[in-house]
Amino acid sequence: MTLMLSVSNLSKVYAGKKGDFQALKDINLEIRRGEIFALLGPNGAGKTTLIGIICGLINASSGKITVDGHDNVADYRAARELIGLVPQELTTDAFETVFSAVSFSRGLFGKPRNPAYIEQVLRSLSLWDKRNSKIMTLSGGMKRRLLIAKALSHEPRMLFLDEPTAGVDVELRRDMWNLVRKLRDDGVTVLLTTHYIEEAEEMADRIGVISKGEIILVEDKATLMHKLGKKQLTVYLNEALASIPAALADDALELSADGYTLSYTYDAEQEAEGRRQQRGIGDLLNELNKAGIGYRDVNTKQSSLEEIFVSLVNR
Amino acid sequence: MKALNTNAIRAIYRFEMARTLRTLTQSIVSPVLSTSLYFVVFGAAIGGRIPEVDGIAYGSFIVPGLIMLSLLTQSVANASFGIYFPRFTGTIYEVLSAPVSYLEIVIAYVGAAASKSLILGAIILATAGLFVPLHIDHPLWMLLFLVLTAVTFSLLGFIVGIWADGFEKLNLVPMLIITPLTFLGGSFYSIDMLPPFWQTVTLFNPVVYLVSGFRWSFYGIADVSPALSLGMTLLFLFACIGIVAWIFKTGYRLKP
Repeated sequence: MTLMLSVSNLSKVYAGKKGDFQALKDINLEIRRGEIFALLGPNGAGKTTLIGIICGLINASSGKITVDGHDNVADYRAARELIGLVPQELTTDAFETVFSAVSFSRGLFGKPRNPAYIEQVLRSLSLWDKRNSKIMTLSGGMKRRLLIAKALSHEPRMLFLDEPTAGVDVELRRDMWNLVRKLRDDGVTVLLTTHYIEEAEEMADRIGVISKGEIILVEDKATLMHKLGKKQLTVYLNEALASIPAALADDALELSADGYTLSYTYDAEQEAEGRRQQRGIGDLLNELNKAGIGYRDVNTKQSSLEEIFVSLVNR
Repeated sequence: MKALNTNAIRAIYRFEMARTLRTLTQSIVSPVLSTSLYFVVFGAAIGGRIPEVDGIAYGSFIVPGLIMLSLLTQSVANASFGIYFPRFTGTIYEVLSAPVSYLEIVIAYVGAAASKSLILGAIILATAGLFVPLHIDHPLWMLLFLVLTAVTFSLLGFIVGIWADGFEKLNLVPMLIITPLTFLGGSFYSIDMLPPFWQTVTLFNPVVYLVSGFRWSFYGIADVSPALSLGMTLLFLFACIGIVAWIFKTGYRLKP
């Protein structure tokens, strides 16, 4: 698979009166053509700085970035022509009309006027009816869509969405997810940063986690879920046990204080690292039957990406 | 080197000119009105009691200076607001992330600001023709001084718009520097009318050279030689270009 974006040994140090602050530390990242990549990280982790450097808003302290093979500094025109950026803040003009603002963006990126294409973009974002409205009259959700329309106005091949659904209602969020999927289907590569784990889980092909200026993990979403996912089996017993029978004893098995509940935790990461050979759920239930321990119900729970994320950044 | 991104220059230029049309009262009507008031007060009311200056009726004598006064203040105000406002609202991100060179950004913003000033200058000149008799001895030189001054002070305005970190600073330069220098730069008098000591001090005021050269293009009379006026104007132009180049090279106030 070919690369759309390559970031090598990228560092950023902000000089300040109270000393320097290293916002990014030796970042290496590769984004494949046509994928949706979600960059997760807590506030201040460096997500917006990273996007800002790639898009030309912030100067890097060191390192190299190429967009579809074009260096983003030496060959900035070719690199930037490929990029559309939807910023985190709702930064729009106030007095322009929707249509003229989107047409302005297209011209800024060097493309000749194309009212038919602008119409298509505005229609896809349900903004066509508002084309002659001044931006100041739009709702927050519409302004967010306008920023996306501006970013798409010059037919970019890579789209950066910096927290696109922050403060957006559920319906609009779903609409945006559908739009992003459609863009991906059209061959556009998407890098989105988000606080919403649900968003990454729903949309991303791959996930990167950034914390304190360092990329601490990049993984296929499915692999990540599988590798780091914990499953917990809870068995509700018919009768209380005083202790776990010796035949069943295992680090992963716990008995509740009242003796009525057995909890078994399956940790895929520990098994992958060979630290523990784990039972399957079926094995455990068989062993309970053999030991003559009756149960009335079982419940399984799989850890969400959010739990995985929290455990990663708190390491 | 790739060709200029003319679509981008056109987009920014149109955007800025559209802003002028939206704010027509502030951009055009207000300076024309205030200049007309100067003609009424200095030209008609007081001017009638002032003898001719270098053989020119006082009302006609002040026309080049009044055009310069508007040209300088409006060039600085237009250009500084044009670049400061997107910085203030944050929409500058789009220009900085676009495949646009620094030269193209300057051509577009400064070109639009200078165009507005030139349109304004032409309107004021026409307005002046309604109040006082006018003649222009050297029309091409007049146009050259007009264009050079509009571009130079639009560049200065661009620098102010990048430097300013609030609306107060934005108004500081036009109000506290440009207006006093223009008033003291021979807009309303010939510097021969000053005592010798103040004549020397005045020569340190760059606006003297602009007004003098511009007045020479009208009436063939000047406080300093037209060549010196042109030289000083060009010197100031290149100084502004140098500072703008430094701003983009270092990313000063634009790119952290």
